[in-house]
Amino acid sequence: MATTLAKAAEGTVAEQHAHAARIEHVSKSFSGPAGSQLVLDDISLDVAPGEFVTILGASGCGKSTLLNLVAGLDKPSAGSIETPGGRPSLMFQEHALFPWLTAGKNIELALRLRGVDKAERRPEAERLLELVRLGGAYGKRVHELSGGMRQRVALARALAQDSQMLLMDEPFAALDAITRDVLHGELTRIWEAANTSGSAGNLSVLFVTHNVREAVRLAQRVILLSSRPGRIAKEWTVGIPQPRRIEDADVAELSLEITEHLRGEIRRHGQH
Amino acid sequence: MASTDTTPKVAAKGKTDDLAGLEAGLDALDAIETHRTPVREVLVQKVLPPLLAVGLVLLVWQILVAAEITDETKLPALSAVWDSLADMWNKGTLLEVIWTSVSRGLLGFLLALAIGTPLGLIVARVKFVRAAIGPILQGLQSLPSVAWVPPAVLWFGLNDAMMYTVILLGAVPSIANGLVSGIDQVPPLFLRAGRTLGATGLRGARHIVMPAALPGYLAGLKQGWAFSWRSLMAAEIIASSPDLGLGLGQLLENGRNNIDLPGVFLAILLILVVGIAIDLLIFSPVERWVLRSRGLLVKS
Repeated sequence: MATTLAKAAEGTVAEQHAHAARIEHVSKSFSGPAGSQLVLDDISLDVAPGEFVTILGASGCGKSTLLNLVAGLDKPSAGSIETPGGRPSLMFQEHALFPWLTAGKNIELALRLRGVDKAERRPEAERLLELVRLGGAYGKRVHELSGGMRQRVALARALAQDSQMLLMDEPFAALDAITRDVLHGELTRIWEAANTSGSAGNLSVLFVTHNVREAVRLAQRVILLSSRPGRIAKEWTVGIPQPRRIEDADVAELSLEITEHLRGEIRRHGQH
Repeated sequence: MASTDTTPKVAAKGKTDDLAGLEAGLDALDAIETHRTPVREVLVQKVLPPLLAVGLVLLVWQILVAAEITDETKLPALSAVWDSLADMWNKGTLLEVIWTSVSRGLLGFLLALAIGTPLGLIVARVKFVRAAIGPILQGLQSLPSVAWVPPAVLWFGLNDAMMYTVILLGAVPSIANGLVSGIDQVPPLFLRAGRTLGATGLRGARHIVMPAALPGYLAGLKQGWAFSWRSLMAAEIIASSPDLGLGLGQLLENGRNNIDLPGVFLAILLILVVGIAIDLLIFSPVERWVLRSRGLLVKS
């Protein structure tokens, strides 16, 4: 079933790189008061162009650290990370929109920093807002938007970077369940659209969460990290066709299986 | 839009359209209403109380005078102060005196702004400079600027350069410190978000750090103005000379020399009113506008 999913990317694969991100033997340790602490241990992971991967783990598995490394905000202590499609875009749990700019201007700043001509910025920002179904929000200030709307503007701003790799660090964790459901649908729709329309090029997503069902709901591949240090514990390919719903029986079934493994990982820490 | 969508996903389409409707509903339910307070409410809640308080002070003053608690050489009648004011107005000197001080104060403030801003930026961004002069800048804020008048007079003599020196020594630390604390308070998340968008180095300073630090910087400017005005008055009172032109500080000092108590009271009131007026007319509106546009003015 993984092959049918990979097929979506195949149409444009000729002009694409072989992988959207290649993480090879990456380790990361931080020096703390108790000496050097290993946070990530020998992580190797390829994300194919157009692939949607979720990284799942309990607290302390270093999943945010891993995203920071892929985003280039931090350097690995060992190993290498390649993102041939340029600097990845990154979305946080907090919207991180700039409150001194309107929703539209937030997106235009991303376009400007990418080097888009002045005349093209506004129409492009409007198009991206339209894409996240916020056509009327161009002139709105951040504080005038609801939590869900803010995350959609943040998504539009991330997409404005026109990167082939979108990194998401628990972007929906602070939202209520109803809004989160809707945004799962939106993210899936936008990701699929980016990978089916011929001209748009590929969009790979590396999505970090501690929510098992969310991981299964969204991803083609779920990677379970162990905690302290973070290591790849197990990996699942999710063959359930989109559109999925978080309530679907096969989503629930796989979630149950993954949850058992996740709990097993957590229990190990209570034993010593 | 939906009709031109020919992707082979007919089955999913109903669901997607539902999602759009659902989302529109959520947005409507979650919409955050922001509205400006009506003018009438502003008048009643913000303007009326201070006016009443001032009225009350004047009333008590008048009662004390009427009751002859003390004689006129200690507490002049309101009417005497009013007469002094009318007298200056009729002679045409009132606005001239005010302008002499205000123009000095504002020019000195602008100079302090031009020096304090880059100084603040350097202190905030360069670790060594911060360690070296950060504490001194903080300490200077607690030094009364009147202390700078004697050295300034010895350095420059009785002229405008001496006035501006005193203003600068009073206001530059406030402005620089305001910018430093504004920059310190920029949420790290904005810096990270800026870096992923490609705003690093000077572009980061321009697009992220400076706008994010603006509220703290404005607070520093407000304080900087208060310090400019105070320093200037100290300089004008101590260093009066015919060459310097008549400002509000000299007006006060002249009143003392002439044992003209109504004149002294008038000068104090004018100094107070001008200081407040500049703040209310220039700094407060800018600060409120910045805070409101960022949703930082919470209405209770």
